[in-house]
Amino acid sequence: MATPKPRVRVPKSASKDEVITIKTIISHNMESGQRKDKQGKIIPRKIINKFACKFNGKPLFSCDIQPAISANPYFEFNAKVAESGTFKFTWIDDDGSVYEAERSIEVK
Amino acid sequence: MDLTRRDVLALSAGAAVLALTGLEAAPAFATPEAAHESLMAFTGGKTPQSGKISLTAPEIAENGNTVPVSISVESPMTADNHVAAVMLLAEHNPNPGVITFHFTPMSGKAQAATRMRLAKTQNVTAVARMSDGSVFMDTKLVKVTIGGCGG
Repeated sequence: MATPKPRVRVPKSASKDEVITIKTIISHNMESGQRKDKQGKIIPRKIINKFACKFNGKPLFSCDIQPAISANPYFEFNAKVAESGTFKFTWIDDDGSVYEAERSIEVK
Repeated sequence: MDLTRRDVLALSAGAAVLALTGLEAAPAFATPEAAHESLMAFTGGKTPQSGKISLTAPEIAENGNTVPVSISVESPMTADNHVAAVMLLAEHNPNPGVITFHFTPMSGKAQAATRMRLAKTQNVTAVARMSDGSVFMDTKLVKVTIGGCGG
């Protein structure tokens, strides 16, 4: 499988204390560990098990993910922005790989 | 023995039923009890009240592989009164746990959306745990046309 590619949508600017919506998606099979291959052997589980978002280094939102989340996991959540800064997004794979993305926002 | 057309039809219908029940038994599905256990582990033994949280899910999901769900909890989201976490449970999936969202006062609004897998028609439950430890839940029945957990 190709390296998972994260995509994130964050507004470029916001007014102070505005509640914005952040949308993220990452390409990933999310192999559940329930499926069998043609020989009847179980395909081992390989999913993204954790997602976290930090704003200026402070934890904002995170999730613990189980195999019941669909392939190409999509998350939508909110953030209240008090100052300009950077959102840092992290996805952690079952095999230990970490995928990251960053977006900045300007508060007017 | 002479096989009439009627006999053949009856036999094959029986075989089809057998094949279906065989398939149905193959993947080990979780039970409402297992879902209840993980719920209690999440709430710390408290029985959730209804209200405050609302779960949005389609009534009929054509494809159980990707069912859009969203949750929203009424809360001022201040430092001393906010939603700490929301857990989603699907009682008849191979594992009842789906996802746990962790919120902070910086979230502004306790709202989140994702897409989940559902193995078959079942109740989906969302449980919210507040910063003061109180728990609230909401349940929706989602009908699934094509299951989404392989097997």
